[in-house]
Amino acid sequence: MRKLLLAGLTLIMGFIFIIRLFQLQVVNTSYQKLSDNNAILSISDYPERGFIYDRNGTLLVANQAAYDIMIIPENVIPFDTVAFCELAGVSKEKLINNLKKARRFSRKLPSVVVNQISKETYAKLQEQMWKYEGFFIQKKSLRDYRVNFGANVLGYVSEVNPNDLKNDDYYQLGEIIGRQGIEKSYEKELRGVKGKRFLQKDRFNRIIGDYKEKSFNVSSKSASDIQLTLDARLQEYGEELMQNKRGGIVAIEPSTGEILALVSAPSYNPNLLVGRNRSKNYRKLAKDTLEKPLFDRGLQALYPPGSPFKTLNALIALQEGVITPETTFLCNKGHYYARGAFMECHCKRNSKNDLLKGIYQSCNTYFANTYKKIIEKYDTPDKGVNQWNVHLKSFGLGNYLGYDLSVGKRGFIPNASYYNAWYKEGGWKAPTIISNAIGQGEVLTTPIQLANFTAAIANRGYYYTPHFLKSVTGDTLQQKFIRKNTSINPEHFEVVIDGMHKVVEKGTARIARIKDIEVCGKTGTAENFTKIEGVKTQLTDHSIFVAFAPKDDPKIAIAVFIENGYWGGRWAAPIASLMIEKYINKEIKRTWLEQRMINGSLASEYEKPISGKPFKINE
Amino acid sequence: MNKIIYRLDWVTILLYVALVIFGISNIYSTNYNENSNLINLKTPVGKQVAFAVASFIVAIVMLTIKAKVFERFASVFYLLTLILLIGLFAFGSNISGATSWYSFGGVGLQPSEFAKVTTSLAVAKLLSEIQIDIRKIKSLVQVALIIVLPMILIVLQPDPGTALVFSAFFFVLFREGLNSFFLITAFSLVFFFILSLLAPIPFVFASIITLSISLYFFSRKFNKKTSLLPYLGVIIFSCSYVYSVDYIFNNVFEQRHRDRFNIILGKEVDSQGIGYNINQSKIAIGSGGWEGKGFLQGTQTKGNFVPEQHTDYIFSTIGEEWGFYGSTAVVFVFCFLIIRIVYRAENLKNNFARIYGHGVAAILFLHFFINIGMSLGLVPTIGIPLPFISYGGSSLLGFTCLLFIFLNLDANRLSD
Repeated sequence: MRKLLLAGLTLIMGFIFIIRLFQLQVVNTSYQKLSDNNAILSISDYPERGFIYDRNGTLLVANQAAYDIMIIPENVIPFDTVAFCELAGVSKEKLINNLKKARRFSRKLPSVVVNQISKETYAKLQEQMWKYEGFFIQKKSLRDYRVNFGANVLGYVSEVNPNDLKNDDYYQLGEIIGRQGIEKSYEKELRGVKGKRFLQKDRFNRIIGDYKEKSFNVSSKSASDIQLTLDARLQEYGEELMQNKRGGIVAIEPSTGEILALVSAPSYNPNLLVGRNRSKNYRKLAKDTLEKPLFDRGLQALYPPGSPFKTLNALIALQEGVITPETTFLCNKGHYYARGAFMECHCKRNSKNDLLKGIYQSCNTYFANTYKKIIEKYDTPDKGVNQWNVHLKSFGLGNYLGYDLSVGKRGFIPNASYYNAWYKEGGWKAPTIISNAIGQGEVLTTPIQLANFTAAIANRGYYYTPHFLKSVTGDTLQQKFIRKNTSINPEHFEVVIDGMHKVVEKGTARIARIKDIEVCGKTGTAENFTKIEGVKTQLTDHSIFVAFAPKDDPKIAIAVFIENGYWGGRWAAPIASLMIEKYINKEIKRTWLEQRMINGSLASEYEKPISGKPFKINE
Repeated sequence: MNKIIYRLDWVTILLYVALVIFGISNIYSTNYNENSNLINLKTPVGKQVAFAVASFIVAIVMLTIKAKVFERFASVFYLLTLILLIGLFAFGSNISGATSWYSFGGVGLQPSEFAKVTTSLAVAKLLSEIQIDIRKIKSLVQVALIIVLPMILIVLQPDPGTALVFSAFFFVLFREGLNSFFLITAFSLVFFFILSLLAPIPFVFASIITLSISLYFFSRKFNKKTSLLPYLGVIIFSCSYVYSVDYIFNNVFEQRHRDRFNIILGKEVDSQGIGYNINQSKIAIGSGGWEGKGFLQGTQTKGNFVPEQHTDYIFSTIGEEWGFYGSTAVVFVFCFLIIRIVYRAENLKNNFARIYGHGVAAILFLHFFINIGMSLGLVPTIGIPLPFISYGGSSLLGFTCLLFIFLNLDANRLSD
């Protein structure tokens, strides 16, 4: 008997399990039918979409109630269409059209006839609803953007499309999904998890109560609120400064990689993409191929970086040991970098520049020579370029940065195989690619990459993956964004930073000086071209400025890019400087500068290439 | 070694391999996603394949070690695991609320899984010693100590589910001659426990008293000398037990523990909160029908409705995708495996090997009973894995050791 206990129990339990399996899987078919039984109506319970706050707790995005007028066609009795149209604020044709559509869809199931009526209409309508049999009003929740800025960061929501349905089993037709920006990146956190209720219907399709005493119901999981790293005041200020200009501003807190502001101009009011006129407004925005308001210039626009790129070449040269801070080069308003090839520079004739001066005077000659030394350090230019490429990649250039928005560009940093394909093997040397020395050439970067490498310089050698997420309620995701070290040793940064400090103190960006704040920066002016009727035409230069401040304890690193703004000190440097002053001092003392920037417009500049008339640039 | 190969129980090994491969395919299914079905070491299925390879190596090692070693060093192994269990309090990492793990750069090691093996060895070693007699109170205390020590350490982690597995040794002790009194007591304790939760206390009291008194009068008919005292004792003990169960349940247990029992006993229907897992598991299994929805076709599985599906609720995937046929086959394989181990253990002359075999069978039985019972909504939610099938490296390695040590002992049955 003792020998048999365990074996016997095993047999008994096995038997019980098989009976139970038979009962669950074969006898009781209600489990199988749950999903596809016509007699069961499944209703989804949606948790309220999470709120979005800025870094100081200012509410940016909330929800608002909206109302749809629904009908069940078979219950509708003839009614006064004119009065109804007036009440609901729709045209008679539209109403009749929608009624037809609803009838075609189903006579027994509810359909929307007028969507998203206003609160006022709802109030009026509700008193009169009893007159219209078969009609009822369904409440739903819409996004409420509490601010009129930051559209490119916040993004928007819209109904799922067939593609979303295919990609994710979670969604059903008619549900809402985050489409762009934070709404997209943190869709899972913001939406929560919908619940399901099963209701029993009778053969007339009427709901008669809960299915099997609610035992199959699944409760919803509430959504999380999200706090962004964005500073709402700074973001708003940046957009104000950028009005009537095109370009981008990216501001990063160097010590954390938190993005303080991401301005893309021109932008749009996020509330345009909410409510009844959503699709109309969207089409309008998407069709605007001149201003491209849906195009995030801070993240997506590829520009040659221009002179700020010289700081990186200086760092690389120091790291490679091909120059020291004391190395000097002679500049004669430029220099011949190859036979018959002259590179201009705005230095005076016979200037002897060391590294510090090279940076704050932005001497082209100095950096062309430096770059040549980097490339020629090894026995072939292939190795030199590839080494240079590796250094630049460690600053996050030439690849996606890994921030938490879904749009972006890799930028471009050439390597040896690129040039070998272009010029044939051995058909190029350092002078061939000398434009890279001054950030023209083949190098392409996005404004956020500029801001990011500026942050890496401010940190003396490392950066955190830039990001927008500060916290999610009930969750701490912070360690997701990791520290990345550049390939440059920390000691090489000081001289370059001193140079950047001098740029503001006595160099090309004196306008960016702020009382009591040590600003380090570098201006840039980038040549650019477009095609007008198939002819390559040069346009006014882009105005570029990168900066960080304060020098010894950097709180903000910023990159400003103004399309066709001419030289860096004209638009980009003052805007960057005002942004820094706003962020650190919270108030602007230089109101004259502020007024000039806010009121300044580049509209006439943007008119030029589309006017069809000949035009002058850089005036 | 050559001889061992002929004497090895290849049927068991075949079943073991089948279960492990079946487990991997179901883990693949629980994490299957049409968009990204890459298999690498970061996905559960990739890790499980790596664990399976490691288990294969461990299995070979377990078969190569001389059978005598296990008996001779049983206490050393046992002490080692005790130290590992104690060390957890200092060096363990806390994963989902329990400090059950050592982590070595991403790879976790759960000593409690190995404690099952070494405790089985230690119990077998002690009970097979000549001077030990389970009927004597002193021996009983010794054995109980061996079993209870790791249990306490595991409860403190806290991982009550794994600790509960050690009650499997009750079967071993009973097989080795533990007084039937304990068996009757244990079963009545469980019975009264459930009864006292289901029925109102006065009703339970009344039934205990009427039952005992009528039993007393019934036995008096045959034996006039029957004393009333033991019956009174039973009544008093039972009533106080029932009362304390009621008290503990309502005042000591936390709400989540209460909920687990209440849902199984059908006292509460709560398919949203705590009942969610069980309910979703039942829906998944139930929707499988006769033949199941097919490999990778489970909608409940794909929709991730069942939490912890690749670990504790793996049986719900089996039920949904392989249907009644597939799940019955799994139940059948487990029953066959357990009974086969018992049968082969009974045929062993060596006491150590026999007792160890019983331990293996009992532990497998408890996992089988609790895990599948839980997925079917027959047993309260206790998170322990389904042997060889559930996801988990320590668990797979632990069960592999457990089984292959027995296979080794079994193959060497003639060597002493």
